[in-house]
Amino acid sequence: MSATLETRKNVAIMFAGDSGDGIQLTGTQFTDTAALLGNDISTFPNFPAEIRAPQGTLAGVSGYQLHFGSVEIFTPGDGCDVLVVMNAAALKANLKGLHTGGIIIANTDGFDAKNLKLAKYPDGVNPLKDSSLDKYKVYEIDVTKMTRTALADSGMGTKEIDRSKNMFVLGFIYWMFNRNMDNSIAFLKDKFKKRPDLVEANLKVLKAGYHFGETTETFNARYEVKAAVMQKGEYRNIMGNQATALGLIAAAKKSGIELFFGTYPITPASDILHELSKHKNFGVKTFQAEDEIAAVCSAIGASFGGSLGVTASSGPGIALKGEAIGLATMLEIPLVICNVQRGGPSTGLPTKTEQADLLQAMYGRNGEGPAAIISASTPSDCFETAYEACRIAIEHMTPVFFMSDGYIANGSEPWIFPQSKDLKPIKIEYAKERNPEDAKFLPYKRDEKLARPWAIPGTKGLEHRVGGIEKENETGNISYDPDNHELMVKLRAEKIERIADYVPLQTIDNGPAKGKLLILGWGSTYGSIKTAVIEALAEGYDVAHAHVRYLNPFPKNLGEILFNYETVLMPEINSGQLIKLVRDKYLVPAIGFNKVKGMPFTSTEIKEKIVELLKK
Amino acid sequence: MESTLAPLTAKDFVTDQDVRWCPGCGDYSILKQVQTVLPELGIARENIVFVSGIGCSSRFPYYMETFGMHSIHGRAAAVASGLKAARPELSVWIVSGDGDSMSIGGNHLIHLLRRNFNVNLLIFNNEIYGLTKGQYSPASPAGKITKSSPMGSIDHPFNPAALALGADATFFARSMDRDPIHMREILKRSNSHKGSSVVEIYQNCNVFNDGAFEVFTEKGTKKMETLFVETGKPLVFGDGGNKGIKLDGFTPTIVDLTAGASANDLWIHDETDRVKAQILSRFFDDPKMENHLPRPFGVFYEEKRFCYEDAMLAQIAESIKTKGDGDLDALLRGKNTWKIN
Repeated sequence: MSATLETRKNVAIMFAGDSGDGIQLTGTQFTDTAALLGNDISTFPNFPAEIRAPQGTLAGVSGYQLHFGSVEIFTPGDGCDVLVVMNAAALKANLKGLHTGGIIIANTDGFDAKNLKLAKYPDGVNPLKDSSLDKYKVYEIDVTKMTRTALADSGMGTKEIDRSKNMFVLGFIYWMFNRNMDNSIAFLKDKFKKRPDLVEANLKVLKAGYHFGETTETFNARYEVKAAVMQKGEYRNIMGNQATALGLIAAAKKSGIELFFGTYPITPASDILHELSKHKNFGVKTFQAEDEIAAVCSAIGASFGGSLGVTASSGPGIALKGEAIGLATMLEIPLVICNVQRGGPSTGLPTKTEQADLLQAMYGRNGEGPAAIISASTPSDCFETAYEACRIAIEHMTPVFFMSDGYIANGSEPWIFPQSKDLKPIKIEYAKERNPEDAKFLPYKRDEKLARPWAIPGTKGLEHRVGGIEKENETGNISYDPDNHELMVKLRAEKIERIADYVPLQTIDNGPAKGKLLILGWGSTYGSIKTAVIEALAEGYDVAHAHVRYLNPFPKNLGEILFNYETVLMPEINSGQLIKLVRDKYLVPAIGFNKVKGMPFTSTEIKEKIVELLKK
Repeated sequence: MESTLAPLTAKDFVTDQDVRWCPGCGDYSILKQVQTVLPELGIARENIVFVSGIGCSSRFPYYMETFGMHSIHGRAAAVASGLKAARPELSVWIVSGDGDSMSIGGNHLIHLLRRNFNVNLLIFNNEIYGLTKGQYSPASPAGKITKSSPMGSIDHPFNPAALALGADATFFARSMDRDPIHMREILKRSNSHKGSSVVEIYQNCNVFNDGAFEVFTEKGTKKMETLFVETGKPLVFGDGGNKGIKLDGFTPTIVDLTAGASANDLWIHDETDRVKAQILSRFFDDPKMENHLPRPFGVFYEEKRFCYEDAMLAQIAESIKTKGDGDLDALLRGKNTWKIN
């Protein structure tokens, strides 16, 4: 009997297991294959902070949700249609996300007495054996046993064999969704090219999983998700942190400046370092500093020398960098600070997402130390946003915060990658050499953008001293003069404000230009808001969506837009930070909609809020 | 044809800023020696950068007619590391005090040294916090009575020489503000060393810690308390060179050359000897202690080791050699793409 092929527009799969089960790898492999076959996709890896949390426990569950479709996809999905669980804890932790009627694929070996106990099921209760899962379609597979059987002759130890369990699952899911395995086969061959025995073992298990689906008559349905109707063009799949790194490299290459990246490893920002350090042939200098302070200071030193100094971190690390960012504000030199936000305060939720560092970027320095702030909204958008951060830092001689968060940093999506010729030019002008007969060089004399000259060591006649003590206007000499200090504070603030003259106006992403309700978002809430607004518009609700990239300064027309709607709703993954800035600047009675659970908004949550507000 | 430019003089390194150290501060002498030595080094003025942290010493860049950055507390080493990595061709000098470099900047100090950036680090050691008006510093001797230690400091002091060598510094030397000739010599040596050169300069803070190093600088006591080391020469000190130091196993012992000890048995200084340099760095006795060892001055140790910035450039060159010059379009494209028509 052959399985029937059912066509679906979009499917969300959640892979869940023990951290160490290879869940993330399984997820990314399926993602890459789906992307290559032309589906639109969005992913959400969700894993514990511990490298190896206690095996089999709820705390140790690692998950990877993937939403793919033949239609446009903006989020990893509010829930899932297929839940793959390697053990009882993975089921318990994720069952609430599974849609009624959804499919559970369970590794029965992970439901033995020990695993059930670790997952805190009451004695004698096995969800696979009682009727608690009746509203789902449950497929039980003894993945462990079949993996071991497949590799019985391999000469490998049990422990090593069990490590390839995830490939069995991947193979089976490929069968279920009617995918070919070429991409994963090529991947495994490359990954283990120094260990032919591992290549052979993994391929064997992968194929065993696929053939299991084909030969076992239990499974009578297969699904097909056709390629999406997407914007024409050439695509690749990209993760947020990777896009950030590429944006930095592109800005450096395009402007002919050397990129210096000083950083200290921290979740979830480290992948930017990992990606950049692979591309030394672009002249990229990566410096893994001894601490966060050295990281930002080294970037400042590099910028002083005429390179583009960049540092990256997450909230706790940004806190440590605060004093040095103030120094860069005073030195008025380019500096890009990437903040890949996570839950806080303090160490907070290292692997969970949050948008709670906006006020830290805005105000987190002593004195009045304004900096520009821009924010990425999707994984691929990290590219353009990082590129813009570099452009603003260089052209306006200022520190710029590039805001991202764990959700988009680790998530991935298809991307129509740009051609280098189409990237916006970045103008770099170092101050020119001077002769003894020329007028004295004034290091703090400003241009029309209020930017001071970038006078780098090695240029004759420009010898000058900068530092963190208040500068006298134009000369840059130390000055304690009260009037001068007030003037300089105002000039530094005005310099940031003036950036608004050089950035695009705010646009409406979706919906009418005037109306009842505007959803104003920033950062990674983009996908959930977009999906919710599309649905609400289809149902006839008067709602629009605008997403702000430029957070300081705001685009010049933002205030105008806000007053075109009766109500402004601002969803944020924090207790209300952008809303403070918006209310402060425009005195608009915006309504906050907040979630602080280390988790992104679902589109359903936003949709319900829209309905609630418009039904009143 | 233009005539060749006149060589630079000390005056060319003087800025138009008023020097604002207290009258009688040891920093004046150090500034003078640096300004005197620089023209002799043959480095174009625009290629010289002074980077400092916070403290009295750290005002130094304002007084040098070169490029300079007065950064933030303790971080000069980190700023200089980034600058040197970005621009290896520059001559980078870090000016720091004992508090700045060994307290708040301690972490950056040791990491600068292990990485061995080719920079010159001048530590102005006055064993006190001057700018914050007189608290004990990590270099202050135990028992030191200051504003923040009215009953005497209970902190065990840092030994800068041992600290630097412990962090695998490739060059360590000690000099003092009241010995300009010696200081100029040491500054030149420091500049010619390729790698991180640490020069500890004993500097008198005549307001908050006056006379801290008097025994090493005053005529009456200097001979007995100081030991000037020079490679190939025996360790001799005292009145008319009447005392010497001999190694008894690994233990340095003072011998009296006028009382039968032979000059041939003395420790001959060898600045390439790491073990001996470690022993020498431990000549850190309290001068009030009986039979104490004299305090050494001069170059303790010098070693050739690759510099961080060179290795960084070498990796970039290697990467270009194997992968070719970075092609942005190829990078943006990645390995796996698909088309939608």
